[in-house]
Amino acid sequence: MAPSANRRSGYSRRAQYGMFFGYIAGILGALVGAGLLIVSIVNPGAFSALRGAAADAASPGGEAVAEGRAAGRSFYEVVRGYILAGSHNARLERELAVAKTKLAEAQAIAEENRRLKALLDLAQEEPKPVAVTQLVASTGSSTRRLATISAGRKRGVAVGMPVRSPLGLVGRVLEVGGLTSRVLLVTDTESVVPVRRAADGIPAFAQGRGDGRLQLRLINLGHNPLKVGDVFVTSGSGGLYRPNTALAVVTGVTRDGAVARVLSDPAATEFVTVEPAWTPPAEAQALAPPQSRKP
Amino acid sequence: MKAFRLPPTLAGLFRRRSINRAPSPLLARSVPWISVMLASLLPAWLFIASTPYVPPFGFLALVAWRQLRPGLMPVWAGLPLGFFDDLYSGQPMGSAIMLWSVTMIVLDVIEARFPWRSFALEWLIATALILIYILVCLGTANLAGAAAPIGVLMPQALVSVLLYPIAGRIVAALDRFRLIPIMDIGE
Repeated sequence: MAPSANRRSGYSRRAQYGMFFGYIAGILGALVGAGLLIVSIVNPGAFSALRGAAADAASPGGEAVAEGRAAGRSFYEVVRGYILAGSHNARLERELAVAKTKLAEAQAIAEENRRLKALLDLAQEEPKPVAVTQLVASTGSSTRRLATISAGRKRGVAVGMPVRSPLGLVGRVLEVGGLTSRVLLVTDTESVVPVRRAADGIPAFAQGRGDGRLQLRLINLGHNPLKVGDVFVTSGSGGLYRPNTALAVVTGVTRDGAVARVLSDPAATEFVTVEPAWTPPAEAQALAPPQSRKP
Repeated sequence: MKAFRLPPTLAGLFRRRSINRAPSPLLARSVPWISVMLASLLPAWLFIASTPYVPPFGFLALVAWRQLRPGLMPVWAGLPLGFFDDLYSGQPMGSAIMLWSVTMIVLDVIEARFPWRSFALEWLIATALILIYILVCLGTANLAGAAAPIGVLMPQALVSVLLYPIAGRIVAALDRFRLIPIMDIGE
């Protein structure tokens, strides 16, 4: 490519000064950026109001695109469904037969649970969702895993509320704007969720790896009892996340824990529910350590 | 110069009646800025991604505009455009402002050093810039609280480098669009 002519300022004083001040402004821009970066490293919430306003401004576009994204995905699924219909159908019928039995058993257990709780005089607490909303955007190009939902302060969303889909936990609210909120997904490396194995309650911490999977760290070290296929649910310890929300299934065992796949993949999630932040019963709260952002 | 007037039909736009016509200064000046800002929004809207595999389109667009039309955007363009990118990218505020400003200066220095550049050299320069940019972005995000390993970046780096020439073609098409003569001049 030919060198551009407008580099050469020649004898024009005006052009010379223009170029000179352009460079000064460029260097100043870099310095301003470095300064803002230091501020946001020291205080991560410093610009949350600004980001909230920006996300609100972009939310109509995000919602329109979200509709298109859902349509595109369902089109792809229809095509794929035609190709895989036969084998899928056979497998689903087998699974349905097993699931029907399991469902009957689960109903019996739920009934028994209700009866026992009534005996113990415990209130049946069903969380009333704060908002049912849509995931409109996510940080696709950054190593941070943050998503935007189209519900904010006006619909009662507050910082710290857990966000879930029908399939399991998605994340928790990090910043709240007027019409939108930012959600820290469970796969972000800053997110730590206290969990336990669904089968027998072995406690662990689930930390995001930044690549769509979770690292499970056992609290009691020693013999590693985890196996591929184990399902982990939130334990509710420390509050914030309601107990028994499905989170992840183990895909690989490591020396001191396991690598797990998130059950509710945000990429396949369209609608999410914002739940009120859970507070454990009083005596448990006094014992549990405060659960907050990792330093 | 007479008032701004669009051709009666859309077909008229493509018939390229260029005599007595000039490009609209508004369009010619705003398209580069608006396209970089839309490209900054694109990764957020395109996918709900569980891994960072979407290229930083805003950065690709900035580098592509700068390589296609040196001097069209001033050296300080990294400040406002980077600020806009920071609002939506999920990176800590200031990361893109700093890196995009430095990129504009570096591209200016490279332009002075290599006045005649081929496609391969431009792609090579862009590749180096993209890889450094993605790496430093990981560093700034990790400083601000995350702890992502470096291996997470592999797919994104590969996709970004391979998509760069396509981003360049799109920018070239936008450049032709912004210079369509649609304004009536003279009698």
